[in-house]
Amino acid sequence: MADPMRIRARAADGVIDARVLMAHEMETGTRKDASGKIVPAWFIQEVTCQVNGKTVMSAQWDPAVSKNPFLQFKARGKAGDKVTVTWVDNRGEKRTDEASVG
Amino acid sequence: MNVSRRTAVKAGGGAALYSALASIGFFAANPAMAAWKKDWFDAKSVPDTLKAMGIAGTPAAGDITITSPDIAENGAVVPVGIASKLQKTEMIALLVEKNPAMMAGFYEFASDSLPDVSMRVKMGQSSDVIAIVKADGKFFMAKKEIKVTLGGCGG
Repeated sequence: MADPMRIRARAADGVIDARVLMAHEMETGTRKDASGKIVPAWFIQEVTCQVNGKTVMSAQWDPAVSKNPFLQFKARGKAGDKVTVTWVDNRGEKRTDEASVG
Repeated sequence: MNVSRRTAVKAGGGAALYSALASIGFFAANPAMAAWKKDWFDAKSVPDTLKAMGIAGTPAAGDITITSPDIAENGAVVPVGIASKLQKTEMIALLVEKNPAMMAGFYEFASDSLPDVSMRVKMGQSSDVIAIVKADGKFFMAKKEIKVTLGGCGG
């Protein structure tokens, strides 16, 4: 199971500002390792962001996204709401984490 | 009861958005079932990307703000933010023009969501970053140049 995401979410004036740090190599598939072999592409392809169980935003990425991806997004909501983020990578691995809005 | 139909009715005028999102599996219970848009990500030039996205002609300028450093010292981690003030923004895509694969990612928004995202991308070299926004069924575009002092594709 992948390392957990770190999610920090704060609300002000009905807007949630959520910052997510995901742990993932995001290999482009063009890099060579020490022995000269190509390191296969391994990257988060989809991200889904929900507030209180309702999807507010979903994303598709390619390996141009930096290693250990950072994502900041906004959503309508207030303190006490629950933010849930799910990612799925090109190997089919996935990770879901959640946080309460402060 | 068909929950997804109820969602579509609640969305009112969002029926077109609903069917577009359903076609990419937005409402799929299992996120892994949504098909990754390979043809969008495979396009190697701006015109090819626009064509893959189904955009005819060049998108107009619009109220789109790209937030990024003018000079990025580390091309492996370049922060880029895109915010759209256009009404009914449904989608924001980010292209890095000089990267080998141009589209870094795109975001789709539920009907009352806030289209304001920030991410970090790898840039192989100094390049324009281009935001393509779909709002109310029409496409808009903005771009900004980012100079990179150390390229970030690991090559």
